[in-house]
Amino acid sequence: MAKTKTRDRMNNEINAGSMADIAFLLLIFFLVTTTIAEDKGILVRLPPWSDEEPDITKLKERNVYSVLVNANNQLLVREEPMRISQLRENAKEFISNPRRLENMSESPKNAIISLKNDRGTNYQTYLAVYNELKGAYDELWDELAQKRYGEPYSDDMPFAQRKAIKGEIPMVLSEAEPTNFGEEN
Amino acid sequence: MAKFSKKRGKSSPKVSTASLPDIIFMLLFFFMMVTVLRDSDLKLSVNTPEATQLTKLDEKSLVNYIYVGRPTAQYQDIYGTSPRIQLGDKISTVDDIPLFLEQHKVKLPEAKRGRITSSLRVDGDVTMGIVQDVKTKLRKSNQLRINYSAGKRAGELN
Repeated sequence: MAKTKTRDRMNNEINAGSMADIAFLLLIFFLVTTTIAEDKGILVRLPPWSDEEPDITKLKERNVYSVLVNANNQLLVREEPMRISQLRENAKEFISNPRRLENMSESPKNAIISLKNDRGTNYQTYLAVYNELKGAYDELWDELAQKRYGEPYSDDMPFAQRKAIKGEIPMVLSEAEPTNFGEEN
Repeated sequence: MAKFSKKRGKSSPKVSTASLPDIIFMLLFFFMMVTVLRDSDLKLSVNTPEATQLTKLDEKSLVNYIYVGRPTAQYQDIYGTSPRIQLGDKISTVDDIPLFLEQHKVKLPEAKRGRITSSLRVDGDVTMGIVQDVKTKLRKSNQLRINYSAGKRAGELN
């Protein structure tokens, strides 16, 4: 009991002067270990697995935009060679078909993009092609949103508006099982 | 003028540093929140390609990462030079993917499981064969939300 007495007499205050130093030390540790690396990428929804291949031969030929990428990373779009840089404009024209041409999609709702690659295709090329096709749709959505609501298409838009736009121009991209001509290992 | 200088001379202009620890703590907590301690060290060299139509992945806890690439120089004598898959910090095969997905899934509350995304971090120089195998396996495991990880492309496409 006598002990408590001595304690009471003592000045029971912790010196907080070094607190800042400790906090600084921790701060510097976290500063160094932090990587504010945002993960960005192309978000894709894969189709559920089924044992049967989707049959695109039943569709009208004018509605199918076939894109083939071979093992040499060359592009064949609707039976014609093309460069990746032309793909976006071409796909946009095909989907929207502004001049109502006979050999392009009846309406954006009917358009189907069929993408097929080889097991030997470079991933970089594949992603570039995918990026262009997605870009074509993104630009079309943008244009429609601009026309209807006066603002570019974004995720901040009301859900109903986004749904309306996606209903008007649905993105249908079907990927076939790749061919196997040029896989290296 | 005289009045001013007199007053100044008397008072000692000291800035109180008492709130400094609080400020530092605030910064500290901010960095603690955003920090992700590197969970897996890469045994593969993964250099993701660049693209323009990117989406940001928001919730990190809902993302699992699948790396595909060639082993780095120090692992080449163990794993060879052909493209491999890395799950977590182990070099694996496609057959390990379902278990890996399941292990990630059980840690999450039931309501969030539908929003799990698999981020494919694939080296640009890998051929599609191995990527296709991974995709097929993901489809069979019913993990359909995937993200092809890519950097932002600034310039024009060549």
